[in-house]
Amino acid sequence: MEIPYVVQPRPDTGIYNAKVGIWLFLASEVMLFGALFSAYVLLRVGAVPGEWPHGWLNVTLGTINTLVLALSAITTLLAWVACKTRQFAKFKFFHACTLLLALTFLCIKGYEYHDKWIHYEIQLIDGRIADGHMRENNPKADYVVIEGRYVTDEKDLYDLRAQKDLKTGEIKIPRSLIKEMENYGPWHNTYLALYFTLTGLHALHILGGSIVIGYLWGPGRRLWKTDPEHFTNRVEVSGLFWHFVDLVWIFLFPVLYLM
Amino acid sequence: MAEFLHQFPPRREDIHSHGEHEHHDLGFWRTYIFSTDHKIIGIQYGFTALCFILFGFFLMLLMRWQIAHPGAPVPFIGLLLEKVLGPVMAGNGAISPDLYNSFGAMHGTIMIFLGVVPLAFAAFGNYVVPLMIGAPDMAFPRVNMASYQAYVLGGIVMVVSFFIPGGAAQAGWTSYSPLATSIPTHGQAFWLIGMVLLITSSLLGAVNFIATIVQLRAPGMTWMRLPFFVWAQFVTAFLLLLAFPPLEAAGIMQLMDNLAHTSFFLPTGLAIGGHLAHVSGGGSPLLWQHLFWFLGHPEVYVLILPAMGIVCEILANNTRKPIWGYKSLVYSVLAIGFLSFIVWAHHMYLTGMGTRIATFFQATTMLISIPSVIILTCLLISLWGGSIRFNTPMLFALGFLPMFGIGGLTGLPLGLAPADIYLHDTYYVIAHFHYVVAPGTIFALFAGIYYWFPKMTGRMMNEFWGRAHFWGSFVFMNVVFMPMFAQGMEGMLRRMADGGVNYSAARVPGALATLPNTIMEMHTWILWGAMALGLAQIPFIINLFWSIRHGEEVNSDNPWHSTTLEWQTPTPPPHGNFARPPRIYRGPYEYSVSGHDTDFTPQNEPEAPMTAPKISPAPAVH
Repeated sequence: MEIPYVVQPRPDTGIYNAKVGIWLFLASEVMLFGALFSAYVLLRVGAVPGEWPHGWLNVTLGTINTLVLALSAITTLLAWVACKTRQFAKFKFFHACTLLLALTFLCIKGYEYHDKWIHYEIQLIDGRIADGHMRENNPKADYVVIEGRYVTDEKDLYDLRAQKDLKTGEIKIPRSLIKEMENYGPWHNTYLALYFTLTGLHALHILGGSIVIGYLWGPGRRLWKTDPEHFTNRVEVSGLFWHFVDLVWIFLFPVLYLM
Repeated sequence: MAEFLHQFPPRREDIHSHGEHEHHDLGFWRTYIFSTDHKIIGIQYGFTALCFILFGFFLMLLMRWQIAHPGAPVPFIGLLLEKVLGPVMAGNGAISPDLYNSFGAMHGTIMIFLGVVPLAFAAFGNYVVPLMIGAPDMAFPRVNMASYQAYVLGGIVMVVSFFIPGGAAQAGWTSYSPLATSIPTHGQAFWLIGMVLLITSSLLGAVNFIATIVQLRAPGMTWMRLPFFVWAQFVTAFLLLLAFPPLEAAGIMQLMDNLAHTSFFLPTGLAIGGHLAHVSGGGSPLLWQHLFWFLGHPEVYVLILPAMGIVCEILANNTRKPIWGYKSLVYSVLAIGFLSFIVWAHHMYLTGMGTRIATFFQATTMLISIPSVIILTCLLISLWGGSIRFNTPMLFALGFLPMFGIGGLTGLPLGLAPADIYLHDTYYVIAHFHYVVAPGTIFALFAGIYYWFPKMTGRMMNEFWGRAHFWGSFVFMNVVFMPMFAQGMEGMLRRMADGGVNYSAARVPGALATLPNTIMEMHTWILWGAMALGLAQIPFIINLFWSIRHGEEVNSDNPWHSTTLEWQTPTPPPHGNFARPPRIYRGPYEYSVSGHDTDFTPQNEPEAPMTAPKISPAPAVH
């Protein structure tokens, strides 16, 4: 006996096996991200009032990335339609678009991570705080240079939406005046921990989806010649996953960038 | 092939000749190690899980020694412990408190995630479910293989963690933060990575099981004709699918806490060792507990539902009558599945989460006991009026009923906050959940092994030694766990590396009472009981391996005269399982139906009694 309903749908359920599988998998993914979003809610509700960061991320880049993913959702769909209508050349074109868009997303995300990575909060012995992007941090030199500003109270760093025209400049700080120095990594505070963990996990999903789509675009396309229906199903299933990953971003973007 | 269709079920010799045609020679590695056949994967899971259960049992023996004889060198293997784990962990062959803690954490982790769940869900589920629903294999055979490989990998990470500097995780199988993050060794990171692999494994397994049950049921196998075991596995798969991801999320966050020094679960002002910890703070230890128990409680039902399924099959088969209340069983198991998602915080009454939340969870906890009691009642009433065959599987299945009953009923006081506040950190809880899982679930698993062994190998396990195994296990399980109720009610605390001796001996001025000597002496009984329990497993281990080659050969494909489909296959089932696609005509438990020659009517036997050997191939479904 062979395993039935690998390609053709089972009459009483109306779907083929892999589609049941991917929907179940997505249900479990909903629970995974659901738990992370719950963590976000609980930690944010429990935070000290007024100390939750606002406006720390670049909304323009976030919007561009949202549009990139939305566009990729469309190209994935068109790729599937192309398979359904048996236009393989079109499929190749649209899937290549999806791959390029995924790559664009990851590059922009990488740039944003880098931007946080080189962003330092430097507490000085005199109680002031220097905050900005590191320009020179040679361990041999007895000073560091940042592109940023001084604040007297840490609270001034939290809500950047309220401070429209920040005056920043190049600041040279002798190491002897530095009490503590920390970059905006996940260890810096709860907001950044959530930001890196949530978007990091999402980026891993983008990467995983790209690998699958890349496989279908590349070596996996052999199946088209022998069993186009089966291949179309694979495109559909990977597309469902891709749409879910896009949907997660639709939630991540307002929660982390706007709220 | 043509003559093969005329004889169904086929004779054994037919299978062998047939097998050589169909069964491509895949070689040792593809057949036994990287197999995609659900039966081989089931056996792989079963064998690996049994090894882990034995390992977990040895950890328990070491802990029991330490509790009964605190600080005394472990006899026989004490020096080996010191050599392997180092003088810090096991100086002079005695178990240090740190080592005791890691044994405690790993005993729980290994027994649950590497032992009982893989055996109950993955091993039996893999082997039996596709056969029971008339499927040729699981829906996704390669995903199935990946699931087993992720499980083995997770197991390896867990075992390796014993040998890294500082040893394995020490924060309990529940890994509460901030304790889990403040222990300055890497055991916890290994534990978390191992857990992520195990969760991945169970996710792949759960997707596969549900898809298989939904899609691959043979023609005529409607939902209400599914054997109860399949229903139990179906609900279990949903629990694993939906309850495990929150723990995975929590695991990722705790891993970030441990390795990237975030503060998801570390509160502001956390002091470790008397010093303010260098963390950003703002995290919530309660968040970990919520996410952990969101898995943790459904996990209890992951442990118990497959066991109930196994017991139900064996009871129906050996009472020779239909299960009483099949529909009640199905609806109860669905109700349990749903309710198990909203009872988790009854593990957290002591955390100060608030009385209102506690009230909600007390109510749901009392609610979930209703379907559990319905299931147990249905199984009990099924015995009424049956002509019971007392073979080894039946003995274990019968043993399950009172043992699970004790475990379940003693859980009720724990579900109510006022009683739980007293009992929560005592041995009472240990006794309660072990009654559910050890003499409960593990008895059902033994029953399943004895029951399905003939299908897997074509030979029976030895009946005499099976009975010896049962009575030994039954008596000594109770010797081990019954005294713990008394200890717990007297106030003996859990998780104490010295068994509470210092608790008892502390003559703190003004302290109301210390533990009486009778309670402390029970440690010695339990130790002896546990060792005897270990000895009682030796007949099983020998029986299991000996019977593979030397057991009594079965006289037919259906030695227990069972109605369900897995017995209507060749023995052992070849690749693809069924000689021809089965068609199902009736419910799963048609035993002793009047008007039939035999006292069992297999599910694939057509309605009208067959007079002529006219077998047409099953029509395709549309």
